[in-house]
Amino acid sequence: MYEGAIQDLIDELGRLPGVGPKSAQRIAFHVLSADPADVNRLATALRKVKDLVRFCTTCYNVAESEQCRICRDARRSDEVLCVVEEPKDVVAIERTGEFRGRYHVLGGAINPLEGVGPDNLRIRELMARLGAGVTKELILATDPNTEGEATATYLALMVKPMGIQVTRLASGLPVGGDLEYADEITLGRAFEGRRAI
Amino acid sequence: MRRPLYRDDAVVLRVQKLGESDRIITLLTRRHGRVRAVARGVRRTMSRFGARLEPFGHVDLQLAGDPRTPGLHTVSQVEGIDLYGGSFLADYPRYTSASAIAETAERLTPVEQEPSLRLFLLTLGALRALSLGEHAPTLVLDAYLLRAMGIAGWAPALRECAVCGTPGRHGAFSVPAGGSVCPDCRPPGAAHPAPDTVELMAALAGGDWTVADSSATGVRRECSGLVAAHLQWHLERALRSLPLVDRA
Ligand SMILES: [Zn+2]
Ligand SMILES: [Zn+2]
Repeated sequence: MYEGAIQDLIDELGRLPGVGPKSAQRIAFHVLSADPADVNRLATALRKVKDLVRFCTTCYNVAESEQCRICRDARRSDEVLCVVEEPKDVVAIERTGEFRGRYHVLGGAINPLEGVGPDNLRIRELMARLGAGVTKELILATDPNTEGEATATYLALMVKPMGIQVTRLASGLPVGGDLEYADEITLGRAFEGRRAI
Repeated sequence: MRRPLYRDDAVVLRVQKLGESDRIITLLTRRHGRVRAVARGVRRTMSRFGARLEPFGHVDLQLAGDPRTPGLHTVSQVEGIDLYGGSFLADYPRYTSASAIAETAERLTPVEQEPSLRLFLLTLGALRALSLGEHAPTLVLDAYLLRAMGIAGWAPALRECAVCGTPGRHGAFSVPAGGSVCPDCRPPGAAHPAPDTVELMAALAGGDWTVADSSATGVRRECSGLVAAHLQWHLERALRSLPLVDRA
């Protein structure tokens, strides 16, 4: 244990995801010996993120105004809506440059073991958006793990009766991998999703 | 110092994110009870673990850690025996029932590294039954909960009075008293379920699937309610997944 301010900083850093006690200590002493201007910039960035960033009232992506940059962009298509779990998934899909529609951020995936059910996600808000009748295709881009798949299954069940086309991102073999190392679920998925070339 | 390696087969009960790309996997093993282990890099799309450590799978594992001491072990190798999770992905009622089975198994093994072969076999059998889809998911779940409570020593009395032991089918059911109760022992506030409901509970506890599969919807619903109430009475904290089970 250290005294006062340095221990307070170690404690706060230690509460961050993925930061263990040793890393917390290392970061704290790095801050202590860093240039005051650098530390001030970090402190300002931390304060600003809480003061300025909020959730887009339309898609629940992170935004610095009422609506996020993507929802404000008039060149994007309203006919295709892509559902993701977290704002960082929006960033990942945007990096591909393949998608020109809109997003809807659920805020997680259905996970009964953690007590997260449909009512804890922004599913009601999604249904309200789809109810406007503009969307022609809904792309389910939840994570390709058990919770993400179950969430996609649940959403497909809810949305299909509305007459909207529902699609799921293809999942299969990772590019750069060896076939023989693929597990049977991944390989099975790759077979299901095969396409003509 | 290198940690010792040990091998066992297990059911994956729960996966939780850890740091950037790791996960903590909660396993119910055949010989070492409940084990928690770190799977490094499992969330990277190129991970050698692939989907083998997704929830509800039956896997063969090599773990690093002292097999007799609780604590966080490390997954060093994993092979799939039956990755049941795959069959729940496209079926929401099965997924939510599997979640309730996994949470119950975890809650009934409060001490890590304490073997419970009967619970392991029961959990494995329930997940296999769910994946085969021969019975309604909620029936599989309720059968599992009744038998798991039997292993824990809390089986509700169904064929005799829970208080005085008088054999027979009694009309009243009291969770605090421990199940069916005769007219003499019936405490105030005891429920009066339909006779078929108690019959269904007995069929599920005893593995009589002919009776269970032919039961009516209303009877199944009442049975689920009594089973859930009985389980919650014995657990200190409520199960999170049980209210989320899709009983459609
Ligand atoms: Zn937006
Ligand atoms: Zn009695």
